[in-house]
Amino acid sequence: MMVREALNSALDEEMSADPKVLLMGEEVGEYQGAYKISKGLLEKYGPERVLDTPITEAGFTGIGVGAAFYGLKPIVEFMTFNFSMQAIDHIINSAAKTSYMSAGQISVPIVFRGPNGAAAGVGAQHSQCYASWYASCPGLKVLAPYSSEDARGLLKAAIRDPDPVVFLENELLYGESFPVSAEVLDSSFCLPIGKAKIEREGKDVTITAFSKMVGYALKAAEILAKDGISAEIINLRSIRPLDRPAINASVRKTNRLVTVEEGFPQHGVGAEICASIIEDSFGYLDAPVERITGADVPMPYAANLERMALPQVDDIVRAARRACYRSVPMAAAQSY
Amino acid sequence: MASAFSATKFTQPLPLNTSTSRSHGKQSVFDPLKSSTSFLGSTRKLRFTSFPKLNQPNSHRPSLVVAVSEAVKEKKLKSTSNLLITKEEGLELYEDMVLGRAFEDMCAQMYYRGKMFGFVHLYNGQEAVSTGFIKLLKKEDYVVSTYRDHVHALSKGVPARAVMSELFGKTTGCCRGQGGSMHMFSKEHNLLGGFAFIGEGIPVATGAAFTSKYKREVLKEGDSEDVTLAFFGDGTCNNGQFFECLNLAALWKLPIVFVVENNLWAIGMSHLRATSDPEIWKKGPAFGMPGVHVDGMDVLKVREVAKAAIGRARRGEGPTLVECETYRFRGHSLADPDELRDPAEKAHYAARDPIISLKKYIIEKSLASEAELKVIEKKIDEVVEDAVEFANESPLPPRSQLLENVFADPKGFGIGPDGRYRCEDPKFTEGTAHV
Repeated sequence: MMVREALNSALDEEMSADPKVLLMGEEVGEYQGAYKISKGLLEKYGPERVLDTPITEAGFTGIGVGAAFYGLKPIVEFMTFNFSMQAIDHIINSAAKTSYMSAGQISVPIVFRGPNGAAAGVGAQHSQCYASWYASCPGLKVLAPYSSEDARGLLKAAIRDPDPVVFLENELLYGESFPVSAEVLDSSFCLPIGKAKIEREGKDVTITAFSKMVGYALKAAEILAKDGISAEIINLRSIRPLDRPAINASVRKTNRLVTVEEGFPQHGVGAEICASIIEDSFGYLDAPVERITGADVPMPYAANLERMALPQVDDIVRAARRACYRSVPMAAAQSY
Repeated sequence: MASAFSATKFTQPLPLNTSTSRSHGKQSVFDPLKSSTSFLGSTRKLRFTSFPKLNQPNSHRPSLVVAVSEAVKEKKLKSTSNLLITKEEGLELYEDMVLGRAFEDMCAQMYYRGKMFGFVHLYNGQEAVSTGFIKLLKKEDYVVSTYRDHVHALSKGVPARAVMSELFGKTTGCCRGQGGSMHMFSKEHNLLGGFAFIGEGIPVATGAAFTSKYKREVLKEGDSEDVTLAFFGDGTCNNGQFFECLNLAALWKLPIVFVVENNLWAIGMSHLRATSDPEIWKKGPAFGMPGVHVDGMDVLKVREVAKAAIGRARRGEGPTLVECETYRFRGHSLADPDELRDPAEKAHYAARDPIISLKKYIIEKSLASEAELKVIEKKIDEVVEDAVEFANESPLPPRSQLLENVFADPKGFGIGPDGRYRCEDPKFTEGTAHV
């Protein structure tokens, strides 16, 4: 099943199960979704539940939050999460903090979803990863699916969740296909929020990743296996709350950690995982934690620079080898 | 008003009533606060002259030069010939529009051959707006655009080679390959971008206008104000930033012209489905500036309105909102299947191709012969071919360019493990930017 179909089916099933669920965003209706995620929904549920909005992120996000205050369950789609910056006041101040400020009187069962992170050649203003920004904010839940199973299960969980959820998809994953079991296809299938998944078991080094980087990490694991390094790949699925016990348990088993993410390095998801491991499993580490992140620059447009600015499978392999003390000096001395 | 737009999307008639009375009634409210300097508001009352007739059935008819200065109207009466342009001007306009069209067509070809990538938004059909406005500017005037910025860059004087290389992602591009199609900047030509987000360019443009006013009044440089043109679309006119800037520009009498390229569609969202009152020019008077609607498929009409609006700004009389009714012949971007637009609507506007209209005018008024125009077309073909060749042969950016230009002062990368600033290490740019 393609990730796109997984998301579409999840939206469809949740909208049919609960008439309070509605979808709003730019091009979600007649255009069938800017990336065709909401294909067919306008026809099925009508323009009162699938709302094409004008280009006013602050406006329609605020409207969505207000609707959620009064018991509706809106799903607000951002054409990319870069555009959520125009609405971030509502996501943080109106959605995330309201349950606290009202002492639980008002809960905000809203889902903010859309593609996050880099696509291909779309330049600096369309390529930022927002996982760490949103995950640092109390009151929000932040999810990042990788496979179709993740997409379906986590989106359904997000829609049913009574709190604001930021759902970070990835444009390049939309067209990727993954095998799914019959259980996943069932309309009551739901994945728990806050639990990571061990995609591949291993014993030498733990590699954590989320979204598209899980695919890269799996490829890196194949390459490492040929070298006799058995890597354990953790698909975080949930950035906030982070599944710290799972990561710690894995590191206690392998004693080495490599974190992988697409976003900017400083204050990233890897930094938080690193801190968590040092706090809880310091004695178990046999090597310094390696963080693989995007380059500390705005995303360049030129194709070759863009490749250099994002983690590639080679970078993950090299870092894992370094963590396992298998030679390899720092990247600065690599010749390209 | 429904006949002017694709009727399929429009379900109820517009309330065409109160705008005139509303804005006249509010005239006194818009008197800016009295202050001691003329900079942050003046005690002069804003002048509202006549407004276009509102109950015209066919809004294609241009509401030409409405609430702007009287000087232009006088000039029109004085001119003895009925020609709007001289031969040189005509040829200049023609060349610029043909360049825009030929360049964009070449971009489409190159995209499908994989030479450019990402998001590419083409300007075919809207050339009259870019040419009509930008060719009236001086080099020091500013232009701020959106992601549909290739032709604005070309009209402003950025060489075709530089734009094409940028699109190919080569280091000889106007932004060294770092910006791309949506982010064209040129300090030399005062092209301030190139913005991906809708509405993002408008505050930036308002800031550029603020700078020109500040330079003249506070720093006492120069004797007339450099004008800023902000180009944006119909979708943007529903965005909060637009309204905030209309307010500020009018309040502070900034030398800016807000040019709305209303091509009726924002990706697949029809302007009529997205806007409570689709007549965008009306939003000008609501904020205390003249609002003009013009036929954006006719470069001569656009030019007349542009002259008046730019003149107003240059004389320090403040901003103007110009709504140009235009159309994009291609989809929103090269990735857009463009299924929602009615073919009849497309045909209607294709029949009003601005280049063909200008050609017809030039030949009918005997400003130039067909042969002379063909010479121009051939020249442009060569320019575009040369641009492609240049871009093809240009090198890709080297690895060392990855970390350049992040800061104006690269000490922002911090201190390295040896206690010295990282940027002082000559091998710094060879790494992958360790934090």
